[in-house]
Amino acid sequence: MNCGKEKETISLTVNGEKYDLEVGPRPYQVAPWHTLSQTLRDTLGLTGTKVGCDHGACGACTVLMEGKAVLSCMTLTVECDGKSVTTIEGLGDKSRGTIDPLQQAFIDHTAFQCGFCTPGMIMGARALLDSNPSPNESEVKHALSGHFCRCISHYHVLRAVMETAKEGD
Amino acid sequence: MSAEYRFIGKATPRKDALQIVTGKAEFIADVKRAGILHGKVLRSPYPHARIVQIDTAAAEALPGVKAVLTYKNVPDWKTGIPRHVRVLDRKVRFVGDAVALAAAETEEIAEEALGLVRVEYRTLPAVYDVEEAMEPDAPRLYEEFPRNLAPLNVKVFGPKSLSGVVMGDVEKGFREADFVAEGTYSYENLGNPLPLEAPGVIAEWEGPEKLTVWSATQSASWHRFIMLSKMGFPDIRTISTHCGGSFGSKNYSALPLFYAAALAKTAGRPVRVIFNKEEHFGAFCLRLGSRFRGKVGIRKDGTVTAVSGEWFVDTGAFCDMSQAQVAVGCGEAQLMLRCPNWDLKTRLVFTNRCPSGVVRGFGGQELESAFHPLLSLAMEQAELDPVEFFKKNYVKPGDGYYWRDGNWWVCRGRDYSKAIMDGADAFNWKEKWKGWLNPTAVQGAKRIGVGVGIHGNADVGEDESEAYVRLDPDGTATIHVCVSESGMGQRSSLCKMAAEVLDLPLERVSMTPPDSLLNPFDFGLVGSRGTFAVGSAVIAAAEDAKRKLLELAATKLRLSIEELETRDGKVYVKDDPGNAAPWSRVMGIMQTCTGFGRFEPDYSVPNFLALFVEVEVDTETGKVDLRNVVAATDVGQIIDPLSLEGQIYGALGAAGVDTALFEESIFDRRLGHMLNINMIDYKWRTFSDLPEFRNVILETPIPTHRYKAVGVGEIATSPGPSAVLMAASNALGKRLCDYPLTSERILKALGKL
Repeated sequence: MNCGKEKETISLTVNGEKYDLEVGPRPYQVAPWHTLSQTLRDTLGLTGTKVGCDHGACGACTVLMEGKAVLSCMTLTVECDGKSVTTIEGLGDKSRGTIDPLQQAFIDHTAFQCGFCTPGMIMGARALLDSNPSPNESEVKHALSGHFCRCISHYHVLRAVMETAKEGD
Repeated sequence: MSAEYRFIGKATPRKDALQIVTGKAEFIADVKRAGILHGKVLRSPYPHARIVQIDTAAAEALPGVKAVLTYKNVPDWKTGIPRHVRVLDRKVRFVGDAVALAAAETEEIAEEALGLVRVEYRTLPAVYDVEEAMEPDAPRLYEEFPRNLAPLNVKVFGPKSLSGVVMGDVEKGFREADFVAEGTYSYENLGNPLPLEAPGVIAEWEGPEKLTVWSATQSASWHRFIMLSKMGFPDIRTISTHCGGSFGSKNYSALPLFYAAALAKTAGRPVRVIFNKEEHFGAFCLRLGSRFRGKVGIRKDGTVTAVSGEWFVDTGAFCDMSQAQVAVGCGEAQLMLRCPNWDLKTRLVFTNRCPSGVVRGFGGQELESAFHPLLSLAMEQAELDPVEFFKKNYVKPGDGYYWRDGNWWVCRGRDYSKAIMDGADAFNWKEKWKGWLNPTAVQGAKRIGVGVGIHGNADVGEDESEAYVRLDPDGTATIHVCVSESGMGQRSSLCKMAAEVLDLPLERVSMTPPDSLLNPFDFGLVGSRGTFAVGSAVIAAAEDAKRKLLELAATKLRLSIEELETRDGKVYVKDDPGNAAPWSRVMGIMQTCTGFGRFEPDYSVPNFLALFVEVEVDTETGKVDLRNVVAATDVGQIIDPLSLEGQIYGALGAAGVDTALFEESIFDRRLGHMLNINMIDYKWRTFSDLPEFRNVILETPIPTHRYKAVGVGEIATSPGPSAVLMAASNALGKRLCDYPLTSERILKALGKL
């Protein structure tokens, strides 16, 4: 990319921690073709973000960027310079050692079966509740309609999200 | 029912819940190994071709490439029944069949290497239709299988393995029938079980004959006990990660394992092979194609007098476990229909498309979905209510059936009549059922119809399980059992069973990882066997451990073990509960108490599930919507209510109900390509399309075993497809027999196209 000039870097804040990442083709660098999901998983070791289809159709890789839900498998890392990203690892209150109420509701309702879609599902629901703390059920369904769950935990997920929404009132 | 139990039947958090919701649960793509290489597969663009020449020199020369393999230099391992699938062959048999393998430092380099492999193919004619493939002059996929017929006499379940149902006198049966329905029906849309996580395997050789395999699997032991003989008997240690869904398909991943192990052997380093979604769609595991041609005779009162016909089973390019699915399918057909006269023959056939493999429903769903439209025709002629018909004809205690092993088993389970009737009440069936080909309601262009299907399986007690339960002096218990977690919550449910036996807080009971080195044999989580089969082994091990503990205490206290009991990690005298000693005092701190339990197969206790569906058909657009579902079953005793409920909701996933509505693998039968090889074009149910779904779960204790429970999860998908056809037919007043009911098919039926 930069032919001996000053190294090109991008800056990414993930779960409150700032990372300056070199752009380049080496294993420790961010290649221009790397997706955000690759960077999160392979470069930063944040494997809580799952890759399901890798073509933007299943929602498994959902993370928050500037508070909005994005598909990290469809986002190039080099486009994220200066952005703030939250992954499943960043939810909850680390100083108090507590998990997010949404995560607790997923536990209470067993709102998962195999659990592979769960991190993306929780991030999608978190984005919804952050922008609309008291959604009705059809708003929840609409917000989560891009999340694939083959086990069919949808009914339990709805209970978990609606319960969290109520508590947030 | 659960009042008498401390944990059984109560909703308790899954043991792995915190890991799952925080993203810490480890799936196969999350596993790190030092020096790991990435393996990729070059795949055929042709449905049928011979490799004339293959040149890998440029690929091997690429920096970062550590191994390149073709049919010329792969190990001579074979899978399939009988063994016919090589790691790589000089012939390719479907679009997507493997041609070459590469392992490299990165995935990108491996892919680039494969792009440098030069292949010259000589294309061959291909065949896609199950009956055309049986013609004498049809293109032949394997020299050793004339007419593309896979042998059925392969002893997959012993010397008498079931491959058809022949009993009684069908000629006499048809003479006794008041109505005979005849025809050919197909369930050939080849649904994909499509777990979210694609299959993946990591292979690492510790020595020339010592292999460790990490994989995403629902049955951890398969990669050891089934693969050993296929790979020349290396010592295989198999470890399952969390499995991101399987639905049968990831019971084992024979080819990904071959690829990873072959590359790892050549490269001398661990190799991971994780399929991308295209490979998952087009080169892993579809449902069997199923076509039934035959007839069924029934009497006015719904008695079935005879069934005869041919079941054509399309296994695609490979046949791996298909004979087993044929056996179970034939067994399940008899559970569904109490009939004294059968002549059901099977043909298992190769065609040039992505292979079929193990999928939830395992032969039974495939046979039923092709056979039930014919049964509906007979019921329609006899003007019988299908609920009454199914109630009358589902296997009852004392009835017999040939199960998969070819042996005659007598049902000692329960009569499920109450379950189906309670389901019908909850669905309001009596009100909604207006007779065959009559809609429940018509609202302008929208027509509502109802249907019902049932399914049952006698595999809840299939195969062997072993477990150890180890009591530690600190008042904890560890279950050693080789059970994966692929979504059913079975690891947690087994902990509940052991906690119940030991009267120990659930948080003090844990389980070893699913690793063949740490655990005794367990067959795996198939056929809804987790509750009865694995559960029985764990319960027996916990009881054995408890007995040993009480024996130690009895010796010390000079009492009999009958006078002693344990609770919360303490042993106490029954007459004097205040007088309790912690396990550490009973055992000392340098001792453990280990019990062993084993389960032997028992095919006498079938499970059951009825699915009632209501659909709305839009006669203007042709769209069919599933509005309302009621599932009815009797499980004897609920172990974990939320997990059970989730498994039953699963009827809507894993190529189940929706294979009647929109799920299908679409093939271009001219070029052999699968056209909807991604998650946009392969349709799936979203949150916005959820029907009302109610579970009616009875708990009539089953006296045959402790906790009196049977599993039911696997069969949830199976009754759905034929029930939907029935419902849509009733809505439109026209007989619909083709899966799935696309708008095009509906509009054609209405004469609008």
